Amino acid sequence: MSERLLEVKDLGVDFTTEDGVVHAVDGVSFELDRGKVLGIVGESGSGKSVTAMTIMGLTRDINARFRGEVSYQGRNLLEISDTEMQNFRGNEIGMIFQDPMTSLNPVYRIGEQIAEAIRAHEHVDKQNAHKRAVELLRQVGIPNPESRVDDFPHQFSGGMRQRAMIAMALSCNPAILIADEPTTALDVTIQAQIVELISKLKDDFNSAVIMITHDLGVVADIADEIAVMYAGRIVERGPTRELFYDPQHPYTWGLLGSIPRLDRAKQERLHSITGAPPSLIQLPQGCKFRPRCPHAFEKCKEEPALENRVETPGHLDRCWLDVETKRSLRDATISGDQTEAA
Amino acid sequence: MSTNGGGPLIAVRHVKKYFPIRKGLLQREVARVHAVDDVSFEVQEGETLGLVGESGCGKSTLGRTIVRLLEPTAGEIVFRGQEIENFGARRLRPLRREMQMVFQDPYASLNPRKRVGTIIGDPLKIHGIGDRASRKAQVEELLETVGLSPEHYNRFPHEFSGGQRQRIGIARALALRPKLIVADEPVSALDVSIQSQMLNLLEDLQNEFHLTYIFVAHDLAVVRHVSDRIAVMYLGKLVELSPAEELYQRPIMPYTEALLSAVPIPDPDLARKRKRIVLEGDVPSPINPPSGCRFHPRCRYATQVCSEIEPPLVDYGAGHLAACHHPLNVDAATLASVQAAPESPAAADAAALPHDSAGESDPVGTGSSS
Repeated sequence: MSERLLEVKDLGVDFTTEDGVVHAVDGVSFELDRGKVLGIVGESGSGKSVTAMTIMGLTRDINARFRGEVSYQGRNLLEISDTEMQNFRGNEIGMIFQDPMTSLNPVYRIGEQIAEAIRAHEHVDKQNAHKRAVELLRQVGIPNPESRVDDFPHQFSGGMRQRAMIAMALSCNPAILIADEPTTALDVTIQAQIVELISKLKDDFNSAVIMITHDLGVVADIADEIAVMYAGRIVERGPTRELFYDPQHPYTWGLLGSIPRLDRAKQERLHSITGAPPSLIQLPQGCKFRPRCPHAFEKCKEEPALENRVETPGHLDRCWLDVETKRSLRDATISGDQTEAA
Repeated sequence: MSTNGGGPLIAVRHVKKYFPIRKGLLQREVARVHAVDDVSFEVQEGETLGLVGESGCGKSTLGRTIVRLLEPTAGEIVFRGQEIENFGARRLRPLRREMQMVFQDPYASLNPRKRVGTIIGDPLKIHGIGDRASRKAQVEELLETVGLSPEHYNRFPHEFSGGQRQRIGIARALALRPKLIVADEPVSALDVSIQSQMLNLLEDLQNEFHLTYIFVAHDLAVVRHVSDRIAVMYLGKLVELSPAEELYQRPIMPYTEALLSAVPIPDPDLARKRKRIVLEGDVPSPINPPSGCRFHPRCRYATQVCSEIEPPLVDYGAGHLAACHHPLNVDAATLASVQAAPESPAAADAAALPHDSAGESDPVGTGSSS
């Protein structure tokens, strides 16, 4: 009964630079249905933002090479013209960026910026666009929208600016909202407000959300499905509960173990993933996580495919270890010396 | 070197920091930003004090005032028995060797035109420690201490990742073998996996060099991991001060409760079950802070008294202080015997002790009480 909105198939993005070819995204596939929230989690440079921006057609450049398919209602977004893309952006898919301080123009009033977005897509006069802007600000929870609509961005706090960005992204009722680290620059209290707002708006507008973050905690209670990215690839993907309670990839364990947990007894030492992510120009041979993986063995010199290896269908991972071994190894990483909380 | 006979390493007493807002031709002062407003606490040697609160609560200003990058408007700062709040640049110079700072943004806090060796070695040079060769040896040793390699000596900051840059910042702070390090959001710009590396490094360094930390951050999960005691600030005021674990199990001030409940928990079942207290709105302006308890406009327990009388910091025993008219998680017996603490702000009414508890609360949502 759920309607498929977006299907990404084997997406690859390469950028030619002076230093060589950057393999930013390689073989990424996922689907998004109406009413669902997909969380994409990974470190800086894992390709999560490039994936999102490619869907929005924002990575188009003479130095960019694309492979695969991004199909939205039967059309491949990688192949449509720039003009078509322009029309599509905002109307069908809206995007919120990480930094609300830099993504608003400081010399235009908030209302003008929202009205401009509306008028770029629809034939409405200035007055009506302004009215819509007030209404949108009200929907995203800005107090006194009638007067705040004429404020400049610097008169808004960080949380309010992010709300204004959300209002702008929603101005044309897009079917999909892509939120790229929407809460990273914000305080925890404001972060909770914004996550709640996004989840409420998703229901109000009956849309779907792609939530990109480096913090698994942020997506734990709102995502239906989570994809973990590493070095341009999805290394594990599955329903949210599966991913948290039966994680299969050592990188996912590492991410889970790195977070100081309020809900558990204080750990003596946090688990940390040693080293740093690999260069996307010269990727390691085989499994890309191998140089940092404490469980790597001979077979890892060959890259594993993203496959279903557990009982639950739809839970995929890229790791050669057999399921039983993983289940016995992972607790040491995720919870340190603690025993798993029941 | 002066010793201070077992006293606190640093004591902050009724410190205020106001920033004037000037307007017009004569640059007359028209208003003041009450960034830090009458805050008192002590930090013992070897201890880590976490300083938490939302943006704009004055935690960074306080951190900078403590290391005297800013001059306090009023109050005392006592470092190893010496009152340093009025020290001028010359008298502060020797003290700079003993207190250092690690900054939030590893991209903005390193000079892009200087080599790593110079960045870390400059503090040594400025203080005239050693000759060129011995300084180089020391810097190389420091690079190894923070998990970098001596070969990085001649590189520039742009050649490093965010986590590595933060290590350079830490090495620079360590160069003079300080007693106190004020770390201002040292991990909030980093990815989670790098964050945990950095927290472990800070812990190792504390053990190795017997450091005292004041750890400024907005992430309560991170703060809990590193701190012995935690001070919660709101709009320039210290609203709760408590041993770390105690604060998480038994928050007294509703603001702390709300902060704790906003921390995301990476456990979907628990996250859905947990009752989130989402604070409405933003932190009010510190130019005209609300009357009475500054948190009252956003507090779900607020009553008439909260908007009229500023609550004193009340001592609930075992070093747990909180400023609230309607404290949480306090039983009647404790309430009957509480006293205002000497850390209480002068403006607060010391006689306005709380009479009733607002109830029990388990904001993290793991306890058996729910």
